[in-house]
Amino acid sequence: MRRKLTPYLLALPGWAWLALFFVVPLAGMVSLSLTSGNVITGFEQTFNVGNYVDAISTYSEQLFRSLLYGLGATLICVAIGYPAAYWIAFHGGKHKSTYLLLILLPFFVSFVLRTISWKFTLSDNGVVLGTLKSIGLLPDDFGVLNTAPAVVLGLAYNFLPFIVLPIYAVLERMDHRVVEAAHDLYASKLQAFLRVVLPISLPGVFAGGLMTFIPTTADYVNASVLGGPGNTMIGSIIKTQYLVNNDYPIAAAITFVLMAVLLLGIFTYARALGTERVMEVQAK
Amino acid sequence: MRTNPLFRGMTQARYGRRDMLKLSAMAAAGIGLSACGVSGKQQEAVADDDFWQGKKETGNVRFANWPLYIDSKRTQLKQFTKATGITVDYKEDVQDIAAFAGKLQPQLANGDSTGYDMFVLTNGIELARFLALGYLAPLDHERMPNFTANIGEAYRNNSYDPGNKHTAPYASGITGIAYNPKYVDREITSIADLWDPKFKGKVGMMSDPQEIANFGLLAGGVNPAESTEQDWQAAADKLRQQRDDGIVRSYYAQDFVQPLTNGDVWLTMAWSGDIYQQNAEAGTDLRFVVPEEGATIWTDVMCVPTTSEAPVDALKLIDFLYQPDIAAGLTEYITYIPPVPKAQDILREQAQDASGKARAELERLVESPLVFPSEEDYSRLHNYVALEPGKEKAFTSVFHAVTQA
Repeated sequence: MRRKLTPYLLALPGWAWLALFFVVPLAGMVSLSLTSGNVITGFEQTFNVGNYVDAISTYSEQLFRSLLYGLGATLICVAIGYPAAYWIAFHGGKHKSTYLLLILLPFFVSFVLRTISWKFTLSDNGVVLGTLKSIGLLPDDFGVLNTAPAVVLGLAYNFLPFIVLPIYAVLERMDHRVVEAAHDLYASKLQAFLRVVLPISLPGVFAGGLMTFIPTTADYVNASVLGGPGNTMIGSIIKTQYLVNNDYPIAAAITFVLMAVLLLGIFTYARALGTERVMEVQAK
Repeated sequence: MRTNPLFRGMTQARYGRRDMLKLSAMAAAGIGLSACGVSGKQQEAVADDDFWQGKKETGNVRFANWPLYIDSKRTQLKQFTKATGITVDYKEDVQDIAAFAGKLQPQLANGDSTGYDMFVLTNGIELARFLALGYLAPLDHERMPNFTANIGEAYRNNSYDPGNKHTAPYASGITGIAYNPKYVDREITSIADLWDPKFKGKVGMMSDPQEIANFGLLAGGVNPAESTEQDWQAAADKLRQQRDDGIVRSYYAQDFVQPLTNGDVWLTMAWSGDIYQQNAEAGTDLRFVVPEEGATIWTDVMCVPTTSEAPVDALKLIDFLYQPDIAAGLTEYITYIPPVPKAQDILREQAQDASGKARAELERLVESPLVFPSEEDYSRLHNYVALEPGKEKAFTSVFHAVTQA
């Protein structure tokens, strides 16, 4: 009897944590998103679905832009992170942990400072652009700061470790004999990679992709520091609605719209990559 | 003991009070969100006399203020403790008024202590909201002799809190135009310069609805105090056109000084004290002007929440800061406009007694129209648009549509 209960008891703190800090607030937010009123007179539950209509019609542009930026940042992260993880896992030798530490090193510096340092780096007359301009490679009025690419690059930079680690974890655990087997069967290096290594590492890409895509889409720091007019992301809108305008219902409604869109995207993505197998490998 | 004036300004970094990026305050958003389900709730109005009945001194006061809004040695607070025996728990927790007020809102609505016995707010939407909701204790002027004697005329009859019933100014500042003469080869005199296509992509504007609204209104020749909803719309259209023409590089919350110094923007809406400090600190030659159309004056005010656990101590501290010599010491460090005009005389005397670099610095401060505006300057300075209760949403959404596109 006791033995049967043990696993449940062990899971209890986790469940309690989730219930208390996720499910309860979430339920509160759902209820809040359907109220009407204002902060002075108070909010009344009216099951006002209009909040959602307002949220979508007013902010669809920022929502779409956030998804686009998040996707862009994730793709850049995969492009940079996969080779890095691959190299560390297969060619890192005994210094693997050092390399991983190097990847994580920027995380020891505050997120805010890292983002601000980009402002200095990308400044019109800063170290990069200033130098390129002085040797005539760029026109004088060229600028990166306060543009969409600056935001996407900033996002990619800040979330890179989130994609390197899961991919590394999968590649590191991989049985290298399967690559040897591929070569024994006359697979070229490219074929061995495409048909053996890549499929095995997909769960890592999936996990890393999620861990990058979700936070980058909802991020509001990069856009406000590195963006310009017309680069506002949905996170900034939620923050403004909640803290500046104290318009809690709209803020809650936008949050759920964002959540719904993200979930939809993730399920589609999981389908495309074959979730069952992905989850299976992750569980091992 | 005063610090050796020789080392003053050399040993203390003078950052703008709003230099601290709002970002850390943004983390508060997360906290706010988890406290959802909270609605605004009006506190029952407390009769002025009743509030103070039975309130006693506790010997400690918790004070939240902007970062770097007092020197790092907390000189004036130490003087206060020495004079009264009351200790001050000083926290630089106000890094963004909206976020700070947003964080306090649920606690105040529930009538809970906020962890602060007094804090600073700017005379904007958040202050108006707190006043309307009855979250701020009435100040007992009878217990505030220094305040009553020394507060400047311009601050007695303000529009945000007539008669200073619930607030006492801490410092004021001007929002005008700053430009970098390294890149701008003519004198900037007008708000219209911010619309000049010649500066395409090199103009900074502020993202705060109240700040940008005033410039949009003044650009169209409208007095913010008399503006109507149609005027807001027209101002927003003008600002939108400025944005769509590619003239605006970025909408800044507060971090305009560095881009202006670096040349990422050539001219920008700016706060007087930040430019003054940057020039004093970094030796830059940034210019600050009050444009001919007018500019904005804002005031950071001290207030005591009704849930304060040490309102008597808070009141004493507020009053203490209105002693002219204390106000002078504070002004010397923060370089924003003190609500105590006598501070200027005291600083002038100090300048005469000082010599060398310290003297030059003090003289510059005393004569600066940014720290001590003249009557004529004041006449060109406008408050933020005063919003009737219930109009905030209409107002902010009009201007957020411009800055948060």
